[in-house]
Amino acid sequence: MLCQLTPQNDPRLLVGLGTSDDAGVYKLNDTTALIQTVDFFTPIVDDPYLFGQIAAANSLSDVYAMGGVPLTAMNIVGFPIGVLDKEVLLAILQGGQSKVNEAGALIVGGHTIDDPEPKYGLSVTGTVHPDKVLTNAGAKPGDRLILTKPLGTGILATAARAEMFPGGVCAAMASMAMLNRLAAETATAFSVHACTDITGFGLLGHLYEMTSASQVQAEIDSQALPLLPEALAAAAYGLVPVGAYTNRAYLKQVTFAANVPEALRDVAFDPQTSGGLLYSLAEQEAEKLLASLWAAGLKQSAIIGKISEEGTGGIYVY
Amino acid sequence: MFTNVDARGLSCPQPVIATKKALDSINEGVIVTIVDNEISKENVIKFATANQCDASCEEKNGAFYIRITKAKTAGLTVSLPTEAVINAPAGKVVYFINQDVLGQGSMDLGAVLMKSFFYTLTEMDELPRSILFVNSSVHLTVTGSPVLELIQNLATRGVTILSCGTCLDYYKIKDKLAVGSVSNMYTIVAEMNAGPVVTL
Repeated sequence: MLCQLTPQNDPRLLVGLGTSDDAGVYKLNDTTALIQTVDFFTPIVDDPYLFGQIAAANSLSDVYAMGGVPLTAMNIVGFPIGVLDKEVLLAILQGGQSKVNEAGALIVGGHTIDDPEPKYGLSVTGTVHPDKVLTNAGAKPGDRLILTKPLGTGILATAARAEMFPGGVCAAMASMAMLNRLAAETATAFSVHACTDITGFGLLGHLYEMTSASQVQAEIDSQALPLLPEALAAAAYGLVPVGAYTNRAYLKQVTFAANVPEALRDVAFDPQTSGGLLYSLAEQEAEKLLASLWAAGLKQSAIIGKISEEGTGGIYVY
Repeated sequence: MFTNVDARGLSCPQPVIATKKALDSINEGVIVTIVDNEISKENVIKFATANQCDASCEEKNGAFYIRITKAKTAGLTVSLPTEAVINAPAGKVVYFINQDVLGQGSMDLGAVLMKSFFYTLTEMDELPRSILFVNSSVHLTVTGSPVLELIQNLATRGVTILSCGTCLDYYKIKDKLAVGSVSNMYTIVAEMNAGPVVTL
């Protein structure tokens, strides 16, 4: 949608609307660029504190995906004032603040409107060195792709509404509430070609943004994908959210080997909330980064495929 | 004799839930689930197939009529995933942690040992069912904890992390909780009754 707006040309605008990236980046001077991003959504879990944590982790993730450090954040709240207990709103905000604190950033303000359906998220501001901005447009043939969190949060959120697969649901909640901070900090020591975070368009949707912006083709090993517990079982049970079908219908550039199971395809298209970071970097660098991520405790991280050649963004999943 | 499940107008996952209820209520036979969109159709057929039922679909007047045949041998009522999951972790260990260092003696050594404990735990194939944090151990689940990432790792792998709410309040760190959920004594006791407890 945004790409239909008139492009804005300004040498200080390092990342704008053109490449479907995670956040805008604006160069302030030779050592500092500003990162700005905003995201908010309706509750995906019943517990308001946890919802606040997940929404905040999700909003902060865009700054990490650009290689930056979050500094300040503003709450964006829709709340049925006078209908739901004020304690609920307080718990949402406390959950959000806990994650902003963990990120080492500060909440400096916000805005609440009366809204029949609760909504929460954050506008986050961060900084990055202008030469160290990570975009989704730099992937090169021969690169390996690393994903830092397991897939399946959309399917397991659907399972939660069906009150099924509680073990997987519990793991999904924890995964969504987890910041991408440690992964991002670990990656700063490596020569990363491209990075994005996995959210509503699913692994394959966000990978396609990367491959098309980078003018390359990718190959994904479906057996290497890190999965949340019971995500496959829940997908096979028909607990597949509408978004996964929408993503699948939209992504015509993805082809599958015949033997990739249907449930695994659903997981690869599954819209993620506060998903992991997807890094593209040279093979040797990728192996070192993976070892460092594991050493840091991020043991769900995995090399899931590679950039095969130059091209128009096509993805082959085997 | 067959039951109709009219799931038109319902959004995902309601058609699957309604179909599951109908299938649960019969030992064998046929139910027909009616849905009004492709996505619900796909999901209901997936559900039926996963439960070893035959499913066929017919489109009439913009609605999908999914005919699901449950044979006596279909494992649905005995192998519900919900029950399987609740049963699976039983017998797994519950860790009860009551201070922020491991063992008695030097506090510095205790802090190192605690970090080593959680690191080793993340290396294990067999993970505990849950970890319960009470008294000063709640400092381990909040922002700034030296073992936060390790506990987050365990949480993403399905280990339930519960921190005592009274304790978080006492140390005034409830707003810093960074992994798992705030719990009360009732839940903590229920959790301890659910599996063999190892106290650290």
